[in-house]
Amino acid sequence: MSGEKTYNRKKVLLVFLICAVMLLGLAGRLVYLMVFKGEYYTEKAETLHERERDIKAARGRILDANGVILADNRTVCTVSAIHSQIEDPEAVIAMLQKELGIDEAAARKRVEKVSSIERVKTNVDKAIGDRIRAYGLAGVKVDEDYKRYYPFGSLASKVLGFTGGDNQGIIGLEVTYDDILTGINGQILTLTDARGIELDGAGERRVEPVPGYDLQISLDYNIQMYAQQAALKVMEEKQAERVSIILMNPQNGEIYAMVNVPEFDLNDPFTLPFDVSVENGENREQSIQDALNRMWRNPAINDTYEPGSTFKIFTAAAGLEEGVVTLEDRFQCGGYRVVEDRRIHCHKRSGHGSESFLEGAQNSCNPVFIDVGLRLGVDNVYKYFEKMNLLEKTGIDLPGEAATIMHKKENVGLVELATISFGQSFQITPIQLLTMASMVVNGGTQVTPHFGVRVLDENGQIVETLQYESEENVISKETSDTMRYILEHVVSDGSGKNAYIEGYAIGGKTATSQTLPRSANRYISSFVGFAPAQDPQIIGACIITDPKGIYYGGTIAAPVIRDIYENILPYLGIQKSGEESASGTAGEAN
Amino acid sequence: MRNKIFYSGKKHMDYILAAVVLVLVVLGLVLLFSTSAYNGRVKFHDSAYYFKKQLFATILGLCAMYLVSRMDYRFLVRFAVLFYLMSIVLSTLVLFIGDEYNGSKRWLSLGPLSFQPAEFAKLAVILFLTYVIRISRKKRGLWFVVRVLGMALPIVGLVGTNNLSTAVIILGIAVILIFVSNPNYLQFVGIGAAGIGFIGIFLAMESYRLERLAVWRNPEGYDKGFQTLQGLMAIGSGGLFGTGLGSSMQKLGFVPEAQNDMIFSIICEELGLMGAILVILIFGILIWRLAVTAMEAEDLEGLLVAAGIMGHLALQVILNIAVVTNTIPNTGITLPFISYGGTSVLFLLAEMGLALSVSRR
Repeated sequence: MSGEKTYNRKKVLLVFLICAVMLLGLAGRLVYLMVFKGEYYTEKAETLHERERDIKAARGRILDANGVILADNRTVCTVSAIHSQIEDPEAVIAMLQKELGIDEAAARKRVEKVSSIERVKTNVDKAIGDRIRAYGLAGVKVDEDYKRYYPFGSLASKVLGFTGGDNQGIIGLEVTYDDILTGINGQILTLTDARGIELDGAGERRVEPVPGYDLQISLDYNIQMYAQQAALKVMEEKQAERVSIILMNPQNGEIYAMVNVPEFDLNDPFTLPFDVSVENGENREQSIQDALNRMWRNPAINDTYEPGSTFKIFTAAAGLEEGVVTLEDRFQCGGYRVVEDRRIHCHKRSGHGSESFLEGAQNSCNPVFIDVGLRLGVDNVYKYFEKMNLLEKTGIDLPGEAATIMHKKENVGLVELATISFGQSFQITPIQLLTMASMVVNGGTQVTPHFGVRVLDENGQIVETLQYESEENVISKETSDTMRYILEHVVSDGSGKNAYIEGYAIGGKTATSQTLPRSANRYISSFVGFAPAQDPQIIGACIITDPKGIYYGGTIAAPVIRDIYENILPYLGIQKSGEESASGTAGEAN
Repeated sequence: MRNKIFYSGKKHMDYILAAVVLVLVVLGLVLLFSTSAYNGRVKFHDSAYYFKKQLFATILGLCAMYLVSRMDYRFLVRFAVLFYLMSIVLSTLVLFIGDEYNGSKRWLSLGPLSFQPAEFAKLAVILFLTYVIRISRKKRGLWFVVRVLGMALPIVGLVGTNNLSTAVIILGIAVILIFVSNPNYLQFVGIGAAGIGFIGIFLAMESYRLERLAVWRNPEGYDKGFQTLQGLMAIGSGGLFGTGLGSSMQKLGFVPEAQNDMIFSIICEELGLMGAILVILIFGILIWRLAVTAMEAEDLEGLLVAAGIMGHLALQVILNIAVVTNTIPNTGITLPFISYGGTSVLFLLAEMGLALSVSRR
């Protein structure tokens, strides 16, 4: 090439240099995009590629006072077929038939259905799920899930409660402590292509679920079990409609047992007992739901009743505290008391004659308590109702506590005042009565009855110790001492003698009340008792609804508590003390 | 002057150029296989569908490269008018009997084979303009520029009716050839200004082109920015060393037709910044060797042929990467040797053969 054409070469070089500079510029642009904007685009791309699947978090367990598991989780599996990934449909169909026990047509339908994922069966046992996984068939997916499981079936069913399909509490402690028991669901992040199909072997990213916290409650499996047997026994013997037993620590409100027979099976809470009939027709759904709600009800806290003579504990305590009565005050019982124009009978029609206040309490004599009530007057009765928290709910950690049914103060005349004095014409819940009685015998401290004690993490470390309100000096210590003395004598020498246990000082009060309407002649027999009388460590109530035959609380309810105490007092480490020391303490109270 | 088709040459061909081409061909096949496997499986139930077709075209292209490299390029320049007319006829034909794919009529079918006349047009234009410039006695002045450019315009117009990007490249090749053959510099400032003005008017004429600008500025704000954004996400995911060959996520249908224009984004994702810069470097070496071939060419014809090929390669590589990195608005330009396209790889290899033929003189 001739020399004068060198400009051609220069220009080629120039073009090349311009191109080289441009390529360098683009490389610089790549550095910007891949290094400085890399994180931004990577994150955008990942969210685009990832699909989330929830992993259910295990719900926290419920443990009894000694760590016995009352509510647990069981692993169940969901078996699904992914149409696009199935390689050998016949093998899959045969396997599903064999392992899941479904017929060929059903299996074929699931396998051959063109859908992204087809659920074949849920709630499959983990063992079967593991077996299916072991086949290693392409396109068969086994997902694990948790299902609530109650090892003791119906034990404390109305207390523990159960959970629904999303593992949320439906009744009982499962509802109250839902937030604590519920864990945080995890996620499986899988990569998918643009059509949303999961990639094989792309490695899934897991965000592990956080299990819920365990809840330890004061309920003691052994005590609950024993109380339940006692309740079932008396229910059968007396052909009663139902029996409730509550056992509690009167010093701090911790509940050891709460039995409401008949209980129901927590592992199968939606099946009604065979003897419950439901309407057919359009109201069937509603009728079934109503029957279920009745079955799930906890009468110890959800229902109110007329407490009857056990409420004389209130009248006596208020009278002593207010100073309108002393142990030695004398009363006259002629079998009835006339209040305004009404003749109100004592349960002993022939009358108790002349008696001291202590003897009146031992006899559960209505005229004596009518007199104390009248001496107190409406204002004082209402004052003590309020002080002893009988107009408010106890604040127990169970849902649906029923409210007191009480006269409006302005409507209370002398007749109403007289009936209130021996526990009639108003309604409270059994737990309210027991909480009031606890206060009266524990030295005057109003406690909050409760089950929840502490929250534990999965390693058993304490996350939180639950605190409850209490109020001291609701009544004076002296009044409380006197009340324990009176109630011990009710058991040792009076109407509660069937609760007497050789070697233990038991205090208590019986009651026999009627359900409304009174014409139905349905009775409620009850007994409230505590031990040891001088320093109560346990207080209990037994309430028998609609017993047949003899229905006196002292005759049928008191022996139930006695029987339970005979067995659980040694279990709780409460030594037999002998009568002397018990009387000695009571003597000081005098 | 003896007119032999095949010519033994005075010196060896440029082995570096040949080696770089072979490296690119192999690299291109590997990357294409990686990128197209998913689309092949989804659409044709054959992961190697695109790869096999590309391999066939590549083998054909390598044969063509060898044959052309043994020829005397001047012999081919002599038939440039014929090639040019042929490409005009084919480009006209495609307007009437072309196969439509993705809304563009760009293919002519001949039995099982299909052929894209626009790819042939680029080679034809390089040879034709070389011929025109060679026979021009006066290679300076405005008239020369206008005349040579005017000669290219019919094919630019024809190709531009359904393949604007290729038309722009053909125009670019023409401008580079005129620039190289002409001692002036100042004129080209004018041409540049005119070009920018032309582009401005062109954009203003059709609103969808202005929208393209808006999408370019902010691809996340528009539906039509989808492809661009997917490409950017692929590039950004690569990091320094990439996710590894075959591990791209974005090729799984997220970047539409990943084996075509956007293949460079998948290279970035799988091979990272290092891999991407290596690919750019290989293209840089190729362009450099083509520049050397042009500068060492025995005569003006050889220089122009090599410069035209260099211009073609450089324009396509730069524009493709610029589009994929959203440096310029989106337009459909393939990455030479790597993007899927049988006609493209066939004629590119033939062009490389032509450049090798020049290097032998």
